[in-house]
Amino acid sequence: MAKQRAAVLGTGQTHHKAKRPDVSMAGLCREAIDRAMVDARVGWDDIDAVVVGKAPDFFEGVMMPELFLADALGAVGKPLLRVHTAGSVGGATANVAASMVQAGVHKRVLAVAWEKQSESNAMWALSIPVPFNMPVNAGAGGYFAPHVRSYIRRSGAPTEIGAMVAVKDRLNGAINPFAHLHQPDITLESVLASQMLWDPIRFDETCPSSDGACALVIGNEEAAAAVDQPAWIHATAMRSEPTTYSGRDQVNPKAGQEAAAALWKQAGITNPLEEIDCAEIYVPFSWFEPMWIENLGFMPEGKGWTLTEAGETAIGGKLPINMSGGVLSSNPIGASGMLRFAEAARQVMGRAEEHQVDGARKALGHAYGGGSQFYSMWVVGSEKP
Amino acid sequence: MSVTEPLSAPIELSFDYTRSLGTTLSRFMTGLAEGRLLGAKVSDGRVFVPPVEYDPVTGAAVTEFVPVSDEGTVVSWSWAPAPLPGQPLVTPFAWVFVRLDGADTSILHALDVAGPTEVRTGLRVRARWSGERVGAISDIICFEPASAPGTPVTQTTVEPVEIVTTPVSLTVQHTASQQETTYLLGLEQGKLIGQRCPVCSKVYVPPRGACPVDGVPTVENVELADRGIVTTFCVVNVPFMGQKIKPPYVAAYVLLDGADIAFLHLILECDAADVRMGMKVEAVWRPREEWVPGLQNIDYFRPTGEPDAPYDSFKEHL
Repeated sequence: MAKQRAAVLGTGQTHHKAKRPDVSMAGLCREAIDRAMVDARVGWDDIDAVVVGKAPDFFEGVMMPELFLADALGAVGKPLLRVHTAGSVGGATANVAASMVQAGVHKRVLAVAWEKQSESNAMWALSIPVPFNMPVNAGAGGYFAPHVRSYIRRSGAPTEIGAMVAVKDRLNGAINPFAHLHQPDITLESVLASQMLWDPIRFDETCPSSDGACALVIGNEEAAAAVDQPAWIHATAMRSEPTTYSGRDQVNPKAGQEAAAALWKQAGITNPLEEIDCAEIYVPFSWFEPMWIENLGFMPEGKGWTLTEAGETAIGGKLPINMSGGVLSSNPIGASGMLRFAEAARQVMGRAEEHQVDGARKALGHAYGGGSQFYSMWVVGSEKP
Repeated sequence: MSVTEPLSAPIELSFDYTRSLGTTLSRFMTGLAEGRLLGAKVSDGRVFVPPVEYDPVTGAAVTEFVPVSDEGTVVSWSWAPAPLPGQPLVTPFAWVFVRLDGADTSILHALDVAGPTEVRTGLRVRARWSGERVGAISDIICFEPASAPGTPVTQTTVEPVEIVTTPVSLTVQHTASQQETTYLLGLEQGKLIGQRCPVCSKVYVPPRGACPVDGVPTVENVELADRGIVTTFCVVNVPFMGQKIKPPYVAAYVLLDGADIAFLHLILECDAADVRMGMKVEAVWRPREEWVPGLQNIDYFRPTGEPDAPYDSFKEHL
């Protein structure tokens, strides 16, 4: 039996903030879920299975939170699965939910992903000293900064490209009411003047730490018929690779290249730059915009930054990237990948409000995690695949 | 390869996680601080203690609360002959499921009795409240048989409890692999020992026992020089909780001469702004009497002053 068609019927998310002391983890998830279910016009009886995603357990110090969340996620009497692929988990969760519909097993699947960073300290959780090793680690920024330096050296990109991405994403975030950071007055000068945290990464080129959740309702063709404009899933792809091995390309990892190649092939896309109308890409540190533009095959290696420099990744450009403000504007880690996937869906559903790209018909959602070792992506479209 | 006892060391982790309770659990915890027990009433009429946040039948948020008694009946139990640190009592006790009068579910807590012959299913029990209540389950010290003389709780009114702190700690014993042990014992003697893959000939330091590309065991030990180059690096300016090195410092990937993979280390004895990709560096060892089986025997790397390695010679390592 061929793969069944699947579509996003509705999306929901919280207003992302540094701290949400007013809600529990369950309450945070439910805000996103309730909005997604209203958007999809479904009730609990319509949901056949639930898939939940969250980044490492150290972030909240709760082992297997899906167990105590089963009631809140409406999973009583239904299959409940947890997906765990570090920072890419939100995207991987959406892809797993899509596969459960595409397999013909379920009619509608609820996918939800969340993080409540205020309950802990991610920098601490990502810098656990391991015996016999040098305690040089300094969180995610410390991990990625040397590879950003390698990208700058390899591509010859002007040093202010990272700041340009930060300005663009934060201005997009300023028109997204759900975004954590609203900085309508940000300028290239203010970004360049912000503190160097992990040289070459500045404070303003770094994602915030957020509490937030995102949810999607994914359904089959019959379920999609009841929705005005679903976002049809044209392709999904996931790949992984080890964190380190001799000769590993840390700037342009092979797993990302291969996931993208598989994605474009499945979606019937031969020229992504021409055929994709907008993209939500996981950019927690601004320099990852040009790096992923290349890794995804939108531009040849070493040339990704030229798209950014020319302003083509802003709304109205050739390939708008991170219309929602991206990870640089909101980073509830476990949910961050799903937010990318949800924004891609909102764009092709025509429901992206102030940050809608005119005539968006095909959009990319992308997430990565770990030491650039897990990739999840999808292409959604306004028309059936 | 000689077989040595693998090296092992503990990792001790602890963090005071904060829990935002949300409306429902806040009511319950505030009740505890006030000396009252509240149950959540769901759509089919059942009363949950402790409360559920969402109705297990309809999925809706639970909004109705009812007071329940601090007396109830043991539903099931298990004897705890040797209490662990952090458990409710320091003397042997029974873990009990107690269905409080007015509740339809049972709550897990400790029962203070002298021995397992004094506890049974159906036993009537009562909460023994703490004199200093803060809005935590430990505001009930334990349960006690209802037949024992007890002190009635003094109820109060407090500000809502919205956040609780839950300290979590764990100790993990980290054991190095056989190959890593060989490498670590080498470091204790001032040597850097890697291993070569028999298929691709790449030299891994620290050795991994198997080549991650070819998937074959690595058996040939290779002693490496304590000098090499910086492939890439960052300058850490940000302080954070648990940090072991005072910022600013240069965290650099150092590729030892003869090795095919770089590891992270510190670069000192030069200004952070003068560190470059391709810069040649050498190890500065701690005094021999301080050597342990670990890479920290190398205090840091410093520039040798030789000309930088050309970019093409190390670009494959980025």
